[in-house]
Amino acid sequence: MTTIEWGQLALYTAVLLLAAKPLGSYMATVYEGRRTWLHPIVRPLEAVTYRLSGVHEESEQDWRRYLFAVLAFNLLGFLMLYLILRTQGSLPLNPQHFPAVKPSLAFNTAVSFVTNTNWQSYGGETTLSYFSQMVGLTFQNFVSAAVGMAILVAVIRGLARHSAHTLGNFWVDLTRSVLYILLPLSLLVAIFLVSQGVIQNFAAYKQVATLEGPTQVLGMGPAAAQLAIKQLGTNGGGFFNANSAHPFENPTAWSNLVEMLAILLIPVASVYMYGRMVGSTKHGWVLVGAMTALMLLGAVIVGYAEQTGNPNLEAVGVTQVAGNGQLGGNMEGKEQRFGIGNSTIWAVTTTDASNGSVNSMHDSYTALGGLMPLANIATSEVIFGGVGSGMYGAVLYILLTVFIAGLMVGRTPEYLGKKVEAREMKSAMVALLIFPLLILGWSAIGVAQSFGTDALNNAGPHGLSEILYAFSSGAANNGSAFAGLGANTTFYNLGIGINILVGRFIFIVAVMVIAGTMVEKRRVPASLGTFPVDGVTFGGLFAGVILIVGLLTFFPAFALGPIVEHLMRSGTLF
Amino acid sequence: MAVAQAPAPVPLRVEKRQTASVWTAQIVRQAVVDSFRKLAPWKLYKNVIIFIVEVGALLTTLICIRDVIDGKSFELARFELQISVWLWFTVLFANFAEAIAEGRGKAQADTLRRTRTQSTARRVRDDGIEDVPASLLRRGDVVVVASGELIPGDGDVIEGVAYVNEAAITGESAPVVKEPGTDIRSSVTGGTTVVSDSLRIRITANPGETFLDRMIALVEGAERQKTPNEVALNILLSGLTFIFLMVTVTLQPFARYSGSEISVVILVALLVTLIPTTIGGLLSAIGIAGMDRLVQRNVLAMSGRAVEAAGDVDTLLLDKTGTITFGNRLASEFVPVDGVQAERLVSAAVRCSLGDETPEGRSVIDLARAQGYAHLVGTLPADAELVPFSAETRLSGVRSNGTLVAKGAVDAISAAAGSDPSRDLVAHSQRIAGEGGTPLAVLDGHQVLGLIYLKDTVKPGIRQRFEELRRMGIRTVMVTGDNRLTAATIARDAGVDDFVAESKPEDKIRVIREEQAQGRLVAMTGDGTNDAPALAQADVGVAMNSGTQAAKEAGNMVDLDSDPTKLIEIVAIGKQLLMTRGALTTFSIANDVAKYFAILPAAFAVTYPALDALNVMHLHSPESAILSAVIFNALIIVALVPLALRGVAYRAIGAASLLRRNALIYGVGGIIAPFVGIKAIDLLLTAVNLA
Repeated sequence: MTTIEWGQLALYTAVLLLAAKPLGSYMATVYEGRRTWLHPIVRPLEAVTYRLSGVHEESEQDWRRYLFAVLAFNLLGFLMLYLILRTQGSLPLNPQHFPAVKPSLAFNTAVSFVTNTNWQSYGGETTLSYFSQMVGLTFQNFVSAAVGMAILVAVIRGLARHSAHTLGNFWVDLTRSVLYILLPLSLLVAIFLVSQGVIQNFAAYKQVATLEGPTQVLGMGPAAAQLAIKQLGTNGGGFFNANSAHPFENPTAWSNLVEMLAILLIPVASVYMYGRMVGSTKHGWVLVGAMTALMLLGAVIVGYAEQTGNPNLEAVGVTQVAGNGQLGGNMEGKEQRFGIGNSTIWAVTTTDASNGSVNSMHDSYTALGGLMPLANIATSEVIFGGVGSGMYGAVLYILLTVFIAGLMVGRTPEYLGKKVEAREMKSAMVALLIFPLLILGWSAIGVAQSFGTDALNNAGPHGLSEILYAFSSGAANNGSAFAGLGANTTFYNLGIGINILVGRFIFIVAVMVIAGTMVEKRRVPASLGTFPVDGVTFGGLFAGVILIVGLLTFFPAFALGPIVEHLMRSGTLF
Repeated sequence: MAVAQAPAPVPLRVEKRQTASVWTAQIVRQAVVDSFRKLAPWKLYKNVIIFIVEVGALLTTLICIRDVIDGKSFELARFELQISVWLWFTVLFANFAEAIAEGRGKAQADTLRRTRTQSTARRVRDDGIEDVPASLLRRGDVVVVASGELIPGDGDVIEGVAYVNEAAITGESAPVVKEPGTDIRSSVTGGTTVVSDSLRIRITANPGETFLDRMIALVEGAERQKTPNEVALNILLSGLTFIFLMVTVTLQPFARYSGSEISVVILVALLVTLIPTTIGGLLSAIGIAGMDRLVQRNVLAMSGRAVEAAGDVDTLLLDKTGTITFGNRLASEFVPVDGVQAERLVSAAVRCSLGDETPEGRSVIDLARAQGYAHLVGTLPADAELVPFSAETRLSGVRSNGTLVAKGAVDAISAAAGSDPSRDLVAHSQRIAGEGGTPLAVLDGHQVLGLIYLKDTVKPGIRQRFEELRRMGIRTVMVTGDNRLTAATIARDAGVDDFVAESKPEDKIRVIREEQAQGRLVAMTGDGTNDAPALAQADVGVAMNSGTQAAKEAGNMVDLDSDPTKLIEIVAIGKQLLMTRGALTTFSIANDVAKYFAILPAAFAVTYPALDALNVMHLHSPESAILSAVIFNALIIVALVPLALRGVAYRAIGAASLLRRNALIYGVGGIIAPFVGIKAIDLLLTAVNLA
């Protein structure tokens, strides 16, 4: 890695960590229902929302009713989005007169956006009207993120409260997430993006003459508004097909930095908020530390791999060494205006979080460089992870860590003063077992059958990587594409669609069951004999469990994909 | 009913209960036989992990046979044969671990059972006494047991006073007095022997339900049920097993896509080495051994759940008397008054105590010796006349040459001296009383020389044990009937965290409920019937064996030595059990890293030679690599059997240090150890040309 890349990584990490405490504290205040400085503006809106929808702010739900509300809300959201996509031809704001989206694609898209996955089997500027983008997709960008945050808050209450039954009110948590957190932040980011040249209009597409002479059609639309929440809500579904590599989505180095920060801003703050709300800020920081270490490990490996470049290019006389005004490294599939550092940091953070937006082609990365985003996704998105979903997924790994290592202090495992027993273990294991099943199972079918391998653009280990990446991206609700795989086939639409749904809801059900049982338990006051979760040892164990339990599952598959490709790369192309 | 005089103790041969050693030839032989018996699938299926290994072993054996019949190469057959053999060994080793733990319990049970050999009971009927086999006795029957006879069943003494030798149960050879009508000394246990006089006993337990029967069942492990933590751990381990099953099953299509199939033998080898066989094989042995460690310390836990709870205890509720203090008021200081020389006071105190055989009297002599006045301790003059303590005089001493040397209550001594107590005397005695002690004035002739400070003495070493408990994160609460001042003094001396003074029997249960309401787990000891409700309420209730039947029924552990301080050891054993489980689980999972590095490059040696870069151990050949991993995986089970039985050493250093220490040894060590082990086995296999 070059000096400038180290600097970019350091700046990025520093800003994120600095923002964690103020934003996390603010979020905690919001969810605890206390007064914030936004109250004068937002509180009336909130009150009106409850009055119009008949929500009783003070009435709380137990885990079953909370979960039922989540599922019902998602089902309705799915139906609404599906309907909009199917009828966009007769809806307003459609200057290009796009017809209705086909049923299979509408289904895939609706499922994908409702679950905060944002896997895109379509090109935005060639398929969707402005109405579909704004009312259909942007709305889900907000609420799918808010659902994740609401569930996290319910889980936090399950851990923080004791000898209780209720976990809060889903409708209130949902409303507050949107009104107090997502909307104000999106507004700020959107305005900044517009200042950098991101477009925001309702104009018809423009035909322009290029410098070489021929004409080109430029897609238009209300991009900035959607892009802010696309990043902040770890959605990742681009307004344009080229996603964040498109100049209208991400024009400058500054817009790139802000968009990258927006990916992890709320997830990092959520971890701080988690610690604070469960009663141990130090525990929160230890988790932030462990996750930051894993993130940096990934970033440094990808940065190193990409800067080192591809030996096959070396062999044909392409110089990849930095210097003489050259950035060097593997620039295939990367934007000149971002270079290696801003591309690799993005690749790592977008897969640490379940964002899935891209500003470079992961398929064109070196084998080792491509391995890391895949590995990040395969940890089931708990290195900060998606908005809300990352931290509640991490709770499963925390419980696993506490259970495996907790016994070593000579007490039956307990977390935050509550016993971890068979029922919690059962929920956690079901989620952690189904997740690799979704990825390895579908991939095994994919590589064994012609309907799977026919979609590949590359053979050998690289082809395996592409298939693994696609199913992982679905199961972990990341939504990014490795590319190189023609995934718009019945098999992949079905498999990835199932992964998206099962991957999202198995975790939600598992953590809600856990929250439901934990909230009823008594809390044992901490003593010198209690398993400490606020020390470096715990941080190390937590990271170790993510790596060993989360990642070793995929090690054999990775060995036959990116790892062997890396080891045999010189002279072999796929 | 006339209460007989306590009979004179009968000297008896010391008969300490034998603690079975783990590795006696007999136990090992039996365990080896049992390991084969346990191969039966209908016995093994309960342990998912080991059952999967057995299925794998069967599969590879069949493949090996097929390949030999098909005339495949010698090297292939040799490889498959060795893998099969070692997979069977893996199962056998796991069985052996369980069998040896059970064997030790069985050996102890056999010792107990010998005492239960068919004895004849003499049952009292309306028309006389009849001989019946002990097994026919029912609750409510009354039997007569004479000197030298075995007590045929659990019961209460209703008539007679006798010495009973309870060595069979407690290992303690000194006989104890049994008599009717007292709370504690009335209950007798079947299998113990009357060594003097005779007793009439009302039987309180039907055959098969006696204390001895339950004890045999417990140490034998026949009643063993999985504890809550074992159940939860099993869920985790089974989950991991299915994850790795999935990993190996899906590896075949990936391999086929990559160009060549992996042989089923290699897939089975990979699966077996990845699933947590180490902890899976040792889990039940750890549980049995934990119970057994308690039995060795003469504590019987009524369930494994109780042992686990002991590890989790947050608060210990301790009786002051007998647990924290000796329960007797002993001399701790000589306090001269009115300018009397200390030596004169000590000399008088010693003289008036020489004929005093009460603990107080003896403690005065001991204190004098300890303070360097040994030369004053002589023998009583020939003409000395002992003045025993009486309720009227409230003093005791010696009259010699017409002079009375005595010690006693301050006002009684002052009256005997014939003068009003001096201001100095009053001041000192008030100070002593204020500190919770008892002032004993010393009289020589007509002069009051000073005071002996009597106080309830804290047992030596108890303070250190409480400090240790504090480092373990356990609160100690002392319960006493003393007044607040006395209680506070003892509490300070002993270093307990809290105390309840002037407590009534119902206070114990109140304190337990209060602690539990705050989420704490409470342990206590007790012996009386009025302790029973509190014993039942406590999370860990240790009843003294000398206690009443009601107390024993209410608690979930019985201490056969009736030593209340053993609670501390019980907690340590509980912690040790949990730690051993955690340490081996961590070790088992951490082991997987090295196994991947051994097996994956070997499995794909043909398809992807480049993967040999992952062969960081530089194992000789693909066959030797896979074989070494399988052998390591099998041998580690046997290697860890002693640790599983002995338990990981527990130190009272606080959870944070303990975690750091164990995470380093079993986590980081668990990652490194197999790299070394597999490499060593590989070198050995290559040297003897087996791969």
